[in-house]
Amino acid sequence: MLHVEGGLVGGMIYLDNAETTRVDPEVVEVMRLYMLEKYGVPIGEFGSTMEEESSEVLEGAREVIARRINAGPGEIVFTSGGTESNALAIKGVAHSKRHEGTKVVASKIEHLSVLDTLRGLGQGGFDTLLLDVDGEGFVDLEGVRRSVDGARLVSVQHANQEIGTLQDLKAIGEVCEEKDVLFHCDAVQSFTKEPIDVEKMGIHLLSVSSHLIHGPKGVGALFVRKGVHPEPLLLGDDREFGLRAGTPNIPGIAGFAKAVDLVNAETVERMRGLRDQAIDLLLEIEDSKLNGPRGERRLCNNVNVTFRYVEGEAVLMHADLEGLVINTGSACYSERLEVSHVIRAIGGTHEEAHGSIRLSPSKWTTGGEIVSASEILDRVVEKLRKVSPLARARRVST
Amino acid sequence: MSFSMARRFGYTDLVIEHFRNPRNIGEMEDADVTAKVGSVACGDLIKLYVKIDDDTKKIEDISFESYGCAANIATSSMMTELVKGKTIEEARRVTYKTIAEALGGLPKVKVHCSVLSRQSLDAAFMKWEARKGLREVDERFVRRILRGVLDPIEGVDIISAKMVEGIRVADGKIEIQLSLEEGTELAKDIEEDIKDAFEGIPLALDVQHRKGTSTG
Repeated sequence: MLHVEGGLVGGMIYLDNAETTRVDPEVVEVMRLYMLEKYGVPIGEFGSTMEEESSEVLEGAREVIARRINAGPGEIVFTSGGTESNALAIKGVAHSKRHEGTKVVASKIEHLSVLDTLRGLGQGGFDTLLLDVDGEGFVDLEGVRRSVDGARLVSVQHANQEIGTLQDLKAIGEVCEEKDVLFHCDAVQSFTKEPIDVEKMGIHLLSVSSHLIHGPKGVGALFVRKGVHPEPLLLGDDREFGLRAGTPNIPGIAGFAKAVDLVNAETVERMRGLRDQAIDLLLEIEDSKLNGPRGERRLCNNVNVTFRYVEGEAVLMHADLEGLVINTGSACYSERLEVSHVIRAIGGTHEEAHGSIRLSPSKWTTGGEIVSASEILDRVVEKLRKVSPLARARRVST
Repeated sequence: MSFSMARRFGYTDLVIEHFRNPRNIGEMEDADVTAKVGSVACGDLIKLYVKIDDDTKKIEDISFESYGCAANIATSSMMTELVKGKTIEEARRVTYKTIAEALGGLPKVKVHCSVLSRQSLDAAFMKWEARKGLREVDERFVRRILRGVLDPIEGVDIISAKMVEGIRVADGKIEIQLSLEEGTELAKDIEEDIKDAFEGIPLALDVQHRKGTSTG
């Protein structure tokens, strides 16, 4: 058995749960069962005992996911994760509605799996439009109203992956209904952590994922409202209501459902407390700034702070060497060497984007770990500022 | 710590060692020449301080300040170690490859950090020679200094990015014509970086942009 104490695994303080999470041992137990014993897959209506066992867990999981968002089990399509769900929703709807119109709209701060999909559609002759956000990352509703005329699909996320902004989905849903446009929401970051009601919010498609809630990687789902028919990406059989061919990942799906069951109001409240503690401690560091909103309009486990005069990869690297795992919007840390598009979209300078640091606690994070993390960051930022010409220029001018 | 430090983040132990304990770091108040290359917008900036003996042209002392990633800090640290005590002529033979090799190699995406640290050295030498009257401040000089100014969008120097449309040096004045639209964030950032790059050169500097094309 792995030794676990708080969120500490292998001596590291892990505060990168918006990137991925450690799988809950209870989830692993469920998955073991469906890998080692009940390893069949559903085939047809009259299956063997093993097929029926797998069919049962698959349909049960559909219900678990559906209940969380007030959908019907017949509206849940399992996928390989958030990226595939986003692609199926956006590409699928765009292509199926092509004869009606080619306009597709998304916000500027969407996950790259949405933005790159839109870029691909643009290259394929679609008319794509990106919506501005304000200084805290909120989509301007009037802007949505003005720009969605004639669009087939609007894609706006629930919680932002970097700065935790929670969009007002109900308000966006109302505009979409008024303009008769399908509304897709990427809820990968917020699923189970913040309330979602696809009925009340007027959502037609919603992407969710397993690995950010202590479930396995490689599993996700797309809610597809009855009557909406995206074109499938994968063909070969009629599984998942004809929307996603391929042998279903039964152990993954069983683990996903278990992970959903394990998230409750108490774990969410805990994360909220840790978030606010971290924000307060980090803002005590000189020349720091919170990115994104505070309070109820911020995802329960997102903290994002910019430390001026220092570059994020260097902060990350020092922190890592001290046993703290975090993330940054700095270009130097990204594979493409591109600076955070989110910080730039909320009006941040390049320097503010390079110096942005994200901490995302989990249900296992302790208050002590948050204190240690802020102490490490305080030290690291001070060390880097000592050698930064920008910090010196500021000292001289003040 | 129990885990291996080898190749973390794709860096060698030596890169990490120089990153954690950079040599020759900090401001030097009595430097003979300074050079600032890179840009805040790129997240990659080096300020170099050098003391050079007038007669022997030996690098008596060298230090740097950094705003940048681990590779930026480590390559600058190694570069200063490699050239300290050498003459300008000897130091010029230290290439960006020499620096990267001395660190046991760099991840492909970080090789530009080595290039930038080498560029800071080149800029410092050129500026020192210009100030000592050993080098004429001409168009070629200006062009080479501009190699240390980066385009934050492409991540390459502004000469390679074809942002420089014209250079004129006459009557104690350096004129640089850029292809950027006046008043934009990019134009302001780059003008600021150019001014920093020419700091210490006793000529007036005039950076011009294209007049705005947008209406209102």
